[in-house]
Order: sequence, then structure tokens, then C-alpha cells
Amino acid sequence: MTHITVTVDGVKYADEVEPRLLLVHYLREMVGKTGTPVGCDTSNCGACTVLMDGVSVKSCSVLAVQADGSDVTTIEGLSNGELHPVQRAFHEEHALQCGYCTPGMIMATTDLLRDNPHPTEAEIRDGLEGNLCRCTGYENIVRAVKRAAQAGVAP
Amino acid sequence: MTATAEAPAPQIGQARLRKEDAKLVTGQTNWTDNIKLPGMLHMAFLRSPYAHAKINRVDVSGALQQPGVIAAYSGADFAAEQGSLPCAWPVTPDIVMPPHPPMAVDEVRYVGEAVAVVVARDRYAAADGIASIEVDYEPLPPVLDMRAALAADSPKVHDAGNKCYEWTFANGDVDAAFSGAPVVVDRTYRQQRLIPCAMEPRSVVAQWIGEDLTVWSATQIPHFVRVFIALVLGIPEHNIRVVAPDVGGGFGSKLQVTAEEMLAVLVARKVGRPVKWTESRSEGNMTVHHGRDQWQHVKIAADADGRIRGVSVELLADMGAYLMIITPGVPLLGAFILPAIYKMDAYSFQCTGVFTTKMPTDAYRGAGRPEATFAIERIMDELAAELGMEPLELRQRNWIKHEEFPYTTIGGLTYDSGNYEAATQRATELFGYEALRSEQAERKARGDKVRLGIGISTYTEACGWAPSRILGQLSYAGGGWEAATVRVLPTGKVEVVTGTSPHGQGHETVWSQIAADQLGVPFEDVRVLHSDTQIAPKGLDTYGSRSIAVGGPALVAACDKVIAKARVIAAAMLEASEDDLEYSAGKFSIRGDPEAAKSIQEIAFAVFAAHSLPDGVEATLDSDATFDPENFSYPHGTHLCAVEVDTETGFVHIRSYVAVDDVGKVINPMIVDGQVHGGLAQGIAQALYEEGVYDESGNLVTATLADYLVPSAADLPSFVTDRTETPATTNPLGVKGVGEAGTIAATPAVVNAIVDALRSFGVTDVEMPCTPERVWRTIQSGGTA
Repeated sequence: MTHITVTVDGVKYADEVEPRLLLVHYLREMVGKTGTPVGCDTSNCGACTVLMDGVSVKSCSVLAVQADGSDVTTIEGLSNGELHPVQRAFHEEHALQCGYCTPGMIMATTDLLRDNPHPTEAEIRDGLEGNLCRCTGYENIVRAVKRAAQAGVAP
Repeated sequence: MTATAEAPAPQIGQARLRKEDAKLVTGQTNWTDNIKLPGMLHMAFLRSPYAHAKINRVDVSGALQQPGVIAAYSGADFAAEQGSLPCAWPVTPDIVMPPHPPMAVDEVRYVGEAVAVVVARDRYAAADGIASIEVDYEPLPPVLDMRAALAADSPKVHDAGNKCYEWTFANGDVDAAFSGAPVVVDRTYRQQRLIPCAMEPRSVVAQWIGEDLTVWSATQIPHFVRVFIALVLGIPEHNIRVVAPDVGGGFGSKLQVTAEEMLAVLVARKVGRPVKWTESRSEGNMTVHHGRDQWQHVKIAADADGRIRGVSVELLADMGAYLMIITPGVPLLGAFILPAIYKMDAYSFQCTGVFTTKMPTDAYRGAGRPEATFAIERIMDELAAELGMEPLELRQRNWIKHEEFPYTTIGGLTYDSGNYEAATQRATELFGYEALRSEQAERKARGDKVRLGIGISTYTEACGWAPSRILGQLSYAGGGWEAATVRVLPTGKVEVVTGTSPHGQGHETVWSQIAADQLGVPFEDVRVLHSDTQIAPKGLDTYGSRSIAVGGPALVAACDKVIAKARVIAAAMLEASEDDLEYSAGKFSIRGDPEAAKSIQEIAFAVFAAHSLPDGVEATLDSDATFDPENFSYPHGTHLCAVEVDTETGFVHIRSYVAVDDVGKVINPMIVDGQVHGGLAQGIAQALYEEGVYDESGNLVTATLADYLVPSAADLPSFVTDRTETPATTNPLGVKGVGEAGTIAATPAVVNAIVDALRSFGVTDVEMPCTPERVWRTIQSGGTA
């Protein structure tokens, strides 16, 4: 067991974890952050995307021990009472159906817009290449990212 | 004085934003894998690495030595109680239906079949336990090729042989249609095996409390799962509750009664604690039922002017190793619709179901109809090429004209309504058809290495999975009705219970829109409940684009009953005759005296108090209804796809895609567009990207999302969608269903475009998925490599 200290959505946690424990399982099963789902086992789908020290990571591809000392933001910590502009844009553009990819898609979008606040359609499609959605055909996801960009996303 | 009460704006037809989204965009979801129960244990399965083998011995004792492992079992431990997984569609009287034990006992027949289970404190410990089990297999020859499987000397998947069934349909004189026909085109098409890949992996939780069992499952069909737990395991149905919590997509893959659901129930009973199982993606790709996998031999006969004389189809359909819930029926769903929108004199369809040592196939978005639509729309293009005719003109010459509806087709279906002319005209306008044809000719003339191709798909389909009577005639074991309950609460808020089971479709929003309009109550005042057999005990769930077409009218009927009950009470409250009351905008008023009115909310409270109900009137407005239509519904549309094919690399770029669909009356256009977008993505994915591949030993080599190419945003174009609206005449809402239309239409549109781009190279087909390598090789061989 290894001792780690991780801040998740603004709250500090100290835990003993197995070195092999994935960050996503730490978040879901030890911290209780079930808003972040798991969609694959090869880091292709991106459903488990969270921000680690402000940068998007696939939490199935990070060990909990690697997150020691870091600040993790999940979909549950993104809104502050009101919906985050990216969350609102996904709702308003009908950019989700079953919603399983949505937490990862929204977290990846916040990172995309931080890097490139006004992306073109091609830049949006390339920027979200690591996040798979089976429901929407991405049409409305692209529109939502454009809408969020227009609304201006605070860094 | 005129009525002052403002009628609420009609909800039907409005692009209302979804009620479902609030929790989904904030992570406040309840996926099955999120469930944590006191004392809950985790299961993991050991799965066969062999496509076909005898099991000589399974030794689970090593697993029990691992820390945190509570129990481990092999198939022998379940043999007396596990029953056989159900197939609800024995399509012929002599169909071979082999036993399908949830856990293999003495023989495995596909890679991934469960042979042992470990129950442990957490999923990591369960995985450690799995790694410590020893199995002695005696490999048997795999059966991987459908055609070879039918040879007399082929190894057998089951003792009864590899032929599962042969089913035929014929109408008209097919021999006469083909003999002496000026033109006959004969083609064989491959429908590759597909893996559904809903984003949420399957997951199940089972808990016993005394005699009572609760199962939470990531399923499309909680009602069927309840019935089949009772039938397969012999557990009294009234002791069983099945809940489908938030479910992350299905596309047919969660229209199944699974081995893991049954085993979770049995394991939870054995260990006396609740258990959870959640698959990994690679486990799911191996063991969630697959889709498609057919060889289609298609022939079409026509006169010199392009009039179709007849179509004949011979199909080989891969069942996989066992029959699952509707495995053998999937090809039949295509059989009746294959003649599509065309008139002809004769039609025959013969299907042979074949067992192989692969994962069973079953319904995947469109189920039978994408295959049929591909066959007819591809061969229509080939016929056009043979005749030297513009493919759109060939279609116009043969399609059912809008004034000819209702029309009974050679496939035996009666299409109630449609307007192929209108949808096609709109699509060609949006597409810029003539301009693209000119550009295509110009690029071909100058020998451009990047060729333009135009693909057409003028599809129709049969959906709204219902008419119970017709399903019975087709030997399907279940019915097709749907149920709704409307409850008006004391404060006037409304609960709608539906027997459908959404997993992304937005029923909570759409059913609220319907109830708001029917009852004249605010959209916000309606809550929609579903997917829990204790809350919604009656229902037949969600698949086959049936929810709105069958469940929607059930809701309308339940609302009408509520209003009828309320009318009696309103008449008493207003001291008027029922006949003098009119109901509008949520109020009963006396004709000619709009001031004298009682709202549905006032009536609901009066019913709750029940102080002065008329004699013999029950103290409830709540009402149940079921709906069972007399016919399927028939969405149709015209899809046009322009591709640019790089003839030096074989790379296909979709330049534009226009979909004009007619799904009847639209309740929520935003949701309908979303369904079309997602459907298109899956149809395009079959054409260009996806294929479930087994190697020569029967190992699935596309078990991960690294190897099975589910397209990303970067792999797909932006879509242009529009609609025509020809209401269905077979239900009071005029709706047809939209869940599968995009997928059904898109695949042939894309492949037709690719072949169209390359026809001058002698290309008449490219096998799917049309990867750059396949396209390039086909060009090089100048044919159909």
C-alpha cells in the first residue's frame, strides 16, 4: 500500500492505495466520484477524462499513485452552482443522448478551449479525436464546442 | 365574453431541450456500475481462449487461495440450476435450437464463453482469482466460415449439424420474371460482422433479500429480463424486480437476456451477498452479441426500359455458436422490406441460418433492414449501370407513387403512407445534385486522381416493432403492444409511466411533451417514470424504433381516459351535464359560459379529498392504457452522399452527406435530428471503418477499441438533415419512429458513392469496410477484389 494525498474537486483526500490502482477506480470507488465513467481498457474512448493540475488526462491510464500531490477536477467539480459554459452548451445544442461519454467529452472540451479558445470545425474534430461517442455522430458536439467558444470559457 | 384563459403553447413539434440532461452533464448519474450495496461483492469471469474445445477439468482451488476471494465456481456448479438462455424466435418448425447454458459445462463454442467465475471483495481481487484458475481444454476444430460450415465434412458446432434453419418467402412467379428478362444482374454482397460498442459496458448487480430478488442491469429490456429470469431459473416472477438504471446506449446490444445476468442471480444466491459484475471493453467486444454477418446473393431482372420484373435473394446468415433472443429472426426483418420502395412482379427470399464457433449474432441498430436496404440499393445502382441509366431515374421509374398509398408490396407489407417524390426532390436540391454530376464528369474527363462519386439511397424500412398478431404469425414468442399509465397527483402534477425503456433517446422529454398537450398541463409539471418493473410493471421496452410509434399512442390513450374520468367529476362540480362540458387547455368549461370552469388541478384535489364525488365514482383519475397497432410503420427518405476517392491511396473522404427523412409527425425535431445524426454515423461506420474479425483459430482480433475502429469526430463529416412529413395513418400521433432510419439508409449511400467514383476503373463492388487498402486493391485489380 502506498500513501497518497490528492485534491479532488476542491477537497483534500489522504488514502492508502495499492500501487496498481487506476486513478479512475480511486475516484469512483474510494472517493465516490461516480460521475466519471469507464468506457474502455485501452485509453481509446476518453469517457474517463478528468483534469489533473488543469490538463486533461484519461484517468484509466493514470495510476492513483501518479496523482499523488495533484489537483484533480472531475465533471462533478466543474460547475459552481451554475452550469459551466461547456455543460450549458452541451445541453443547449443537444450534444448528448445516452450521456455516457459526456463527462469525458466535456472535460476534454474545457481543455481544448483552454489551448485554443476559438477553434475551427476541423480543429474541434481533431481536438476531440480521443473521445468516442456512439450516439450523436458528433454533429451536435461540434456545435456545442463552437457555442461554448462563443460564450467564452473562463480559463 | 370570450375565453381569457390562455392556452399553453403546443408542445408537440417543439425542440424542447431535454429533461434528461441536467444529471448527465453534471455527473449525477446512476449507471449500474455506480451501484454500491452493503456487503456487495464483485464477480469476474474466466473465459475460453478456444473457439471450440472440450472442457476436461476446471480447478478453481487456486483462486480460493488469493486474498479477498470469497468463492469460485465452474459450470458444473451451476449445471443443475442454470437452465438455458432463451431464444424467443423459432423461425421455422424444424429449426435447430441447441441448449445454451449461461456457463459452459463440458464444451466451449466461442472465444469468450464463460467457464468459471470468481467472487471477491473488489474487482482487482476477483481478477487475481481468475488468473489462478486452471482449466484443462481439449481443443476441437473451429468452424469459422459459413460456406465451409455447410459442407458435409465440416466439423460440427453442435451435434445436430451446422445448419440452423432454412426459411423461405416467395410471392409472384419468380421464374417467369427472370426467364427471358432483357437484363439480369447477379451480385453477391458481404455484410461484415459488426460489434455494437455502446459506450457504457454491460453491468449487472443482483441482490437477494429473503425470497425477493432485485437485479439492476444495463439493459434495454428490463421487462423481458424479469420474465426470462423466471422462466430460465425457475424463480417465481412475483419475487423478481428488474431495474434498468441510467443506461448508456444500446443499439440492440442490450436487447438481450445474458449469461452474466443469470449467473449474477445464481452467484448472489450461493454466496448470500449482493454481487456486481461490470465487463471490460475487451470482454464486451468478445461477448456482447455481434451484428450483421451475412452473405447476400442478390439477383434482379428488369425490362430494357428499367422496369423491375423481379428480385431473388439467397442469404447465408451467421448465427454464431448459439441462438440468443432473436438471433434467427434478424434476417427475416430484412426479408419483408427488401423490395423496399419498388414495384415488381415477383420476389423470392431464402435464408439459411448457419452455426459457427463465434459469438452469437443478434439485433444491431436496424436489425435485418440495413442488410436488406444495402442489397436492394446496391443492386439498383448496378442495374442502372447495366442499363446505362441515371440511377435516380431508375428509382423514379420503379418506386411507388405518392398517390398509390396505401400500397401492398411484393414483400407482403402494406405501406400506409409515404412520398418518395417529395423527399427525393428536397434531397437533390440540398445536395446540388446536378452540379455535382457535372463536376464528376469534368474530373473524370481530365483524369483527376481524386474521383468524385455520388451515392443514392432511397430507403424505406418497417419499424414500430409491434402488431402482436403479425408477430405471432411470424412465430415470434412475444407480443408487441406497449403500455402507459397516467397519474394525476393531488397537487395537479402528473406522473407518466411508460413501459418503454429509454437509454439515450430522450423519452422523459418527449413523453412530457405529449402528456402536456393531451392534458393541457405545463410541460414542467410532468414527470416520466420507466425502466423499473416495480414502478412500470407493464411494458415491452425499447428496440426496433418502437417506443414513440407504439408507446406514444398508449400514452395518448391513457390521457384520454384521465380526461374521461375527470369529466364526470367536473360535471358534478359545475352542476352541469357532461355533454355540455368542453375540455381545453387543462380546463373543463361549460359551453357558452367560459367563466364556469374547473381545471384538471382543481379536479385532482377534489378527487384526493373525495368529499363530494358523485355516487359510484372512484376516487382516482389515474388511468392505464395499452396500444397495439395493426401495422408496422414505414419511415422513408432519400440520402445522398458525395465522396472523393483518392485513386492513388484508396482513401475515401466524404465530402457531403444529405439526409432527407420522412419519419411522419415529429414530436421533438431536435431529438429526431440527433437520432438521424447518430444513425448516420453508425451506417457510415459499417461502410468505411468497422469489422469484427476472427483469425484462423477463431480468436477475436478486434477485441479492443484500438483494433475495432469506432469512428471519432475526426473520421466523420458534418451532415445536412431535413425532413418531409407524411403522417403515419396507423396511430393517432401520426408518428413512425426514427431510431434506426439513419443507419439503414447510410451504408448503401456511401458504398454506392465509392463504386460510382470508381466505375470507370471497372469497379462494380468494394467489400465493406471500404478501407484505403481494400479500395486501392480493388482499383488495381480493376474489379471487385
